[in-house]
Amino acid sequence: MSTFVSDFKTRATEKAGDLRHRSVIRTALRSYEIVRDKRKAAFQSWESARQAAAETKWEAINHLDKHLVALTSKLEARGTKVHWASTGAQAREIIAQILRDKKARSIIKSKAMTSEEIHLNHALEKEGFTVVESDLGEFIVQLRHEPPYHIVFPSMHLTRGEIKDLFQKELGDAPSDSPEELTMVARRVMRQKYLTADVGFTGGNFAIAETGMISITENEGNARLTAALPKTMVTLMGIEKVLPRFSDLALFLPMLATAGAGQPMTCYNTMYSGPRQPGECDGPEEWHVILLDNRRTELLADAEQRDSLHCIRCGACLNVCPIFRNVGGHTYGTTYSGPVGAVITPHLRGLQDWKHLSNASSLCGACTEACPVKIDLHHHLLQNRRNASASEPAFFERLAYQIFGLVANEPVFWSLAKKLGWLTQPLQRAVKGSALDPAKAWTKTRDLPPQPRESFKDWWRNRK
Amino acid sequence: MTVTLFIPCFMDALYPRAGISMVEILERLGHTVVCPEEIACCGQPPFNSGYWAEARTIATPVLEKLADAEAVVIGSGSCGAMVKKFYPELFKDTPHAELAKQVAARTWEFSDFLVSKLGVTDLGAKFPHKVTFHDGCHGLRELGIHKQPRALLTKVQGLELIELTEVSCCGFGGTFSAKFPMISTAMGEVKCAAAAETGAEYIVSSDSSCLMHIQGLLSRQGKPTKTISLAEVLNHR
Amino acid sequence: MSERENILGRIREALQVSAPLPGAHGETSAHTHTESPASHAREWLPSVGASVEEQFALFAKNAADLKADFQLLASRDELPVALKKMAAAEKWSRVASHEGELSNFACKALGLPVLLTDKGYDVQAMEKCDVGITECDALVAQTGGVAVTSRSAGGRALSVLPPHHVVVASREQLVADLPAAFALLQQKYAPDFPSMISFITGPSRTGDIERILVLGAHGPKQLTIFCI
Repeated sequence: MSTFVSDFKTRATEKAGDLRHRSVIRTALRSYEIVRDKRKAAFQSWESARQAAAETKWEAINHLDKHLVALTSKLEARGTKVHWASTGAQAREIIAQILRDKKARSIIKSKAMTSEEIHLNHALEKEGFTVVESDLGEFIVQLRHEPPYHIVFPSMHLTRGEIKDLFQKELGDAPSDSPEELTMVARRVMRQKYLTADVGFTGGNFAIAETGMISITENEGNARLTAALPKTMVTLMGIEKVLPRFSDLALFLPMLATAGAGQPMTCYNTMYSGPRQPGECDGPEEWHVILLDNRRTELLADAEQRDSLHCIRCGACLNVCPIFRNVGGHTYGTTYSGPVGAVITPHLRGLQDWKHLSNASSLCGACTEACPVKIDLHHHLLQNRRNASASEPAFFERLAYQIFGLVANEPVFWSLAKKLGWLTQPLQRAVKGSALDPAKAWTKTRDLPPQPRESFKDWWRNRK
Repeated sequence: MTVTLFIPCFMDALYPRAGISMVEILERLGHTVVCPEEIACCGQPPFNSGYWAEARTIATPVLEKLADAEAVVIGSGSCGAMVKKFYPELFKDTPHAELAKQVAARTWEFSDFLVSKLGVTDLGAKFPHKVTFHDGCHGLRELGIHKQPRALLTKVQGLELIELTEVSCCGFGGTFSAKFPMISTAMGEVKCAAAAETGAEYIVSSDSSCLMHIQGLLSRQGKPTKTISLAEVLNHR
Repeated sequence: MSERENILGRIREALQVSAPLPGAHGETSAHTHTESPASHAREWLPSVGASVEEQFALFAKNAADLKADFQLLASRDELPVALKKMAAAEKWSRVASHEGELSNFACKALGLPVLLTDKGYDVQAMEKCDVGITECDALVAQTGGVAVTSRSAGGRALSVLPPHHVVVASREQLVADLPAAFALLQQKYAPDFPSMISFITGPSRTGDIERILVLGAHGPKQLTIFCI
């Protein structure tokens, strides 16, 4: 067993039994569920909107080369410097080089999962740069030296009491555990950082090919400030973020807000089309946009699962996923957790090392139902299982299915198997749940149903 | 009409009462029921684990036996989804591709067959208990079955249906329950707690496999809530 | 070869195989949209009502839900009165704003020292202002928010840095829905867009602590929209 799967199983087992964790996550998601359902119901047709969003992303992804060329030429025409990075290492180096050229010391960041994906903070800090996460949730997990728990709600696993203690310890300032006062502490700390940061760093939610814009969705105003005050702005974004048209945002912005946070629109949805332009009074003098591949093209090459590049990172699939809700975001050990993480991580980091995430699912399909861009998530989990078994079958598992096939296909064997099951029941019951019990994975926490002497087929035969 | 009833392997061995109830209900409605004895399993366990070649070994004789059936009724939403939704995928680009599509088109989950195909909702059943209904995920999301069991239950005399406040998976998931027993158990506990909140005496479902999981937890924890298949409720007089 | 060519090359190679259409379950066929799939968004987004009165009522309701303060004034003369009342209640002493017919009118009425952003400004000085007064490009009935740009609203920082953002708008600026707002922006600016376009939908907020709503996370705690 690889360390990835054994680590996952250890953490999952621990978290799944952690009733406190279960209740914190449940409470955090309950208010989300109420507003999400209300916002969805406000749509005249959420289902038609989903289909249109899926088709729009299909069009974007299936003509990705054309859209990226259009996007970059528009961006460059207005003075934006566009960089291309095939790997995380290349992206890190491009960003570090920009900071060195600018003789920058401090960087203020707004939320960007792509920067988590390439472990940017760690690399920049190693070079001596100061990196401050400005999104409140990201700021909290940065103080705890841990990755975000959730792609949209980074600190949802923490209670106000824990955050108060953290602020007290790290900032020396925590008047009470009221969310309001704690937020104001962070606001004060961050204000001064904004006014002095050399470089502002952002991610991007959508890139508009038609007009050469990058759209950033947020609630706090931190990305707005990041893109307004520092002299240099750096934006890192996956190549899959394109939308063909400016007007597509009229559909995608409210859908992202509804699916992701149960809002009609998030507070700030901002489209940037360049650095400060002639006649404008503020904004960065330079804007660098880095387009990141980092094996997205491998996902693109799998036509069957290409739609997983439609993902707009709303987090809706995580929120409804019973696995995510019980094992929590950190258990996955990946940048992208939950159903979409289980689908794409094997492509981004290797199928054999990460196939266990596709196995750790009851295939209930709640994710697919929740996805605003109709990614066929739970069927992709099945396909990952198929691909993993086809390329490296597990000897005993395959043998077990071969034997099962022989038994199931031969009525005499099947009858015998049932008889054997019935006869050995008392034995099994005697060792129930112990190391001797062949069914202990089940019986450790659950009873097996008693097997009746007469099966359905016995009844059917006797009746005739 | 002649109904070919496919009773899946675990129902055959563990829940014969559910299958017997289906036979009795269909016959009472005047249909001829046949149960091919040679087929036991739809092939879902290896299919869901990614062993599609092994799944085809099991599924091929099933397809061949069902080839001439007028209507195939499956006693489980999960196995129904396997035949109706996943057989065409499993047999894609094989000599059985066309047959898989044909059989899929003639296959029905039990409650869907009664309500959508036969147009029957009142089976004259009596079941004077408070119940809640668990939607098996495959029936719900692969086959879109939601209204059908409710249409049937509301016609049962004396029965009071209290809906769960949240729709969630019971945590069974086939081999998932053994590969990741603690996650599966946690999901089951959430389900049982939600069912307990309704105050129902019985949890009813079209999927005996879900009920096996839920009952397994309830029994182990000594909870009083009981489980029963939809067919048994509908056959209760 | 440049990384650009490498990446585009891999994309083109990958796209040689076509992908199944969304919702089509494995059936592959050519996509034959002649128009944008999102072009009918208006029919699916939340409904807005037919008349301007209904749309103003909807804007007011949505703004209230967002905890924004929306004041639909009966006449232009009411603006100085309302602003002065607000300035007194909140003890404003410094105002940041930009040149504009409506914003000048508002600043003049207040009679307080004004930091104008148009020709550049000192960020520390703006940080000390009590309020940022801007104009906007549109009010969106469907969302209860406003659209601003770096050109219409005094740059990028003015609408987010001071703790209170006051928008002064005129009635004709109300648009029904998001598709109308995007069409308006495109018509007004394309191809020479301002470098920043922002849809501001309520005052700054966060739910990062136990998903409990707190206003004024980084941006303004208060958003007031005066419409005359």
